[in-house]
Amino acid sequence: MGYLDRQLSGPTDPIADAAWEEPRKRKGFFTDTSICIGCKACEVACKEWNAIPQDGNLDLLGSSYDNTGALGASTWRHVAFIEQTSDRIEQARESGRRLVDLGMPVMPPSQPMSPPHTAGIGPSPAAPGIDSSGGPVDLVGGMESAVAQATMAAATGTVPDFRWLMSSDVCKHCTHAGCLDVCPTGALFRTEFGTVVVQPDVCNGCGYCVAACPFGVIERRPTDNTVTNHGNAQKCTLCYDRLRDDQTPACAKACPTTSIKFGDLDEMVATAQERVSTLRDNGFTEARLYGANAEDGVGGTGSVFLLLDEPEVYGLPPDPRVPTAALPDMFRKAGMAGLAMLAMAAASFLGRRR
Amino acid sequence: MTTNPLDADRPPELPRSGRRRGNGGGKRRDESLMVPDAKFESYYGRSVVKAPPWTEEIPTYLFLGGLAAGSGLIGAGGSARNLPALRRRGRFAALAAVALGGGALAKDLGRPERALNMMRTIKLTSPMSVGSWILAAFGTFASVAAAAEIGRQLPHQDGLLAKTLRVVDPPAAIGSALFSAPLAAYTAVLLSDTAAPTWHESYRELPFVFVGSANAAAAGLALIMSPADQNGPVRKMAVSGAALELGAGQLLRRNMHPLLAEPLHQGKAGRLLRAAEILTGGGAIGAMLFGRNRIGAGLSGVALLAGSALTRFGIFEAGMESAKDPKYTVQPQRERLERRRADGVTNDSITTIR
Ligand code: SF4
Ligand code: SF4
Repeated sequence: MGYLDRQLSGPTDPIADAAWEEPRKRKGFFTDTSICIGCKACEVACKEWNAIPQDGNLDLLGSSYDNTGALGASTWRHVAFIEQTSDRIEQARESGRRLVDLGMPVMPPSQPMSPPHTAGIGPSPAAPGIDSSGGPVDLVGGMESAVAQATMAAATGTVPDFRWLMSSDVCKHCTHAGCLDVCPTGALFRTEFGTVVVQPDVCNGCGYCVAACPFGVIERRPTDNTVTNHGNAQKCTLCYDRLRDDQTPACAKACPTTSIKFGDLDEMVATAQERVSTLRDNGFTEARLYGANAEDGVGGTGSVFLLLDEPEVYGLPPDPRVPTAALPDMFRKAGMAGLAMLAMAAASFLGRRR
Repeated sequence: MTTNPLDADRPPELPRSGRRRGNGGGKRRDESLMVPDAKFESYYGRSVVKAPPWTEEIPTYLFLGGLAAGSGLIGAGGSARNLPALRRRGRFAALAAVALGGGALAKDLGRPERALNMMRTIKLTSPMSVGSWILAAFGTFASVAAAAEIGRQLPHQDGLLAKTLRVVDPPAAIGSALFSAPLAAYTAVLLSDTAAPTWHESYRELPFVFVGSANAAAAGLALIMSPADQNGPVRKMAVSGAALELGAGQLLRRNMHPLLAEPLHQGKAGRLLRAAEILTGGGAIGAMLFGRNRIGAGLSGVALLAGSALTRFGIFEAGMESAKDPKYTVQPQRERLERRRADGVTNDSITTIR
């Protein structure tokens, strides 16, 4: 495909397309939600490192342990909490099973390893009451017995009574980023690491990027002279400053469970693929990847997720598309409308003067 | 829910939005939704995409930009056909509307002092960047045309200034005519190139609605201001513009996914758009039947202007609503994903298992 064909949709190398003279390897996250414990260390580390002002009024939102709500101008990592009972878990498993029935290629089975504890028995390895077949987990036996029970539960197809889904969401650093495409000032740009970053001193706060992001990530900070970058669009920079010093982004550094992994994007995708195969081979058919496909509507993302239910359960769009993919057709339609406008005005003036 | 020793310490369950995670076959609380079978998942009913931080200034600009564009055409038409009344009024109206519209745009920015950052680059993937240049070009031609109009009234017609203005008059007329159509049409692309579902999905028809609305509004203003014996062309322009606006609007509603058309029918947007139809239709009929009467022309003109403005506010409001409610994002995406899967296309999904 030619350079122009690749610019609006489909797989491409965004670093080469941005014509960096000294390109680096494309960097990215792999967020493995199956081992997230919901500690929010990532949220805190991100706010600390990037000096992000307070978001909201410290309200309790009534959505499990999530009192942050959503990604936004002053929340660049957001941990989602979803409480599910056994029927919902069964549904998630079923929807994951359907992905195989649809004929999607599967990786060859790999050697069994410890299952994700959230997938089986809730956030804590010692959470009691895991399923009907196994009886309560022995608190002293801890990890080993939890693993044994979860594996047996998976083998017999039983599902736990309850589980918590926890997922640390972040900007996807899309291959075709709607926000970047539509930014009229050039404030948003593609870095040498393939990430998407706002230059706050250039942004004039037009807000167009906010509407163009198919994931609802970027947001304009309210006008308030007491905070930095007020009135500007703000979002995750994938710690651009740290990357340039070969440092790991703050969230990945702080994550105690390695749920957030950071590295070269191709390695992240490979790790994610390996992990999802392992989980599925162990009976956790609810496991699936999100954002690891360069053929998807945004040309693949720079943040890959392993999810344990449908994306919309986590507030992620099930079939996102970068709006700009349709832009040539939009301009064509607008051109035709413009011609119609001229023709109608001309016709009005050309007739008899009455 | 499990029986957990800690449950006694849990806070009481808060009532949750009926939209939250439709539980397979269970009863939904809100039965009054227009579209049946609205079962879909979301994260505590939170929006998936973000509505832009735009306020009334944006639909005001949509209206004023259209009014300026149509007035530019009237000024040019009046100049071509030597109709001084229409030429003069068209030119002054175009300049006034484009100036006010540009002001509204700047006011809506998060950092109005950086409004000129719009001109620091040209980006074809950004309708707002393209539009800023269209607006600047049109504004320039409209200013020169208005200056030339004043030049015609100068006492010393053989002075250098008057002579210069006579020379630039025809190019200014041609320039403002040429840039009027893009000015009226690009605002539709501006709205459509977003992830707000109702705006995005209306991209095929919206430019026609907007150019029709632009011609109708400008003709309406000219009907109010011009002597009745010279308003022949603008009467015709009013009728054809209104017909296009209404016809394309009907098509837009008919062709769209019924769920995405919902915000156009209900709530504030629905009320605005219904009123707009009545005013635009009434104004067109009035211009046709009573346009030769000064009072009839004036009243029809007011109706056309109001109809055009309400159309812009209604479309704006509908798109904002479609971004705020997750069902408009999730359900159509889910449907198109399932459709593709049913057709055996599985390679382009963002959710994968490999
Ligand atoms: S479009 Fe959204 S998710 Fe993609 S890079 Fe931009 S802000 Fe991030
Ligand atoms: S708000 Fe800033 S970053 Fe976003 S599109 Fe406008 S200028 Fe670009």
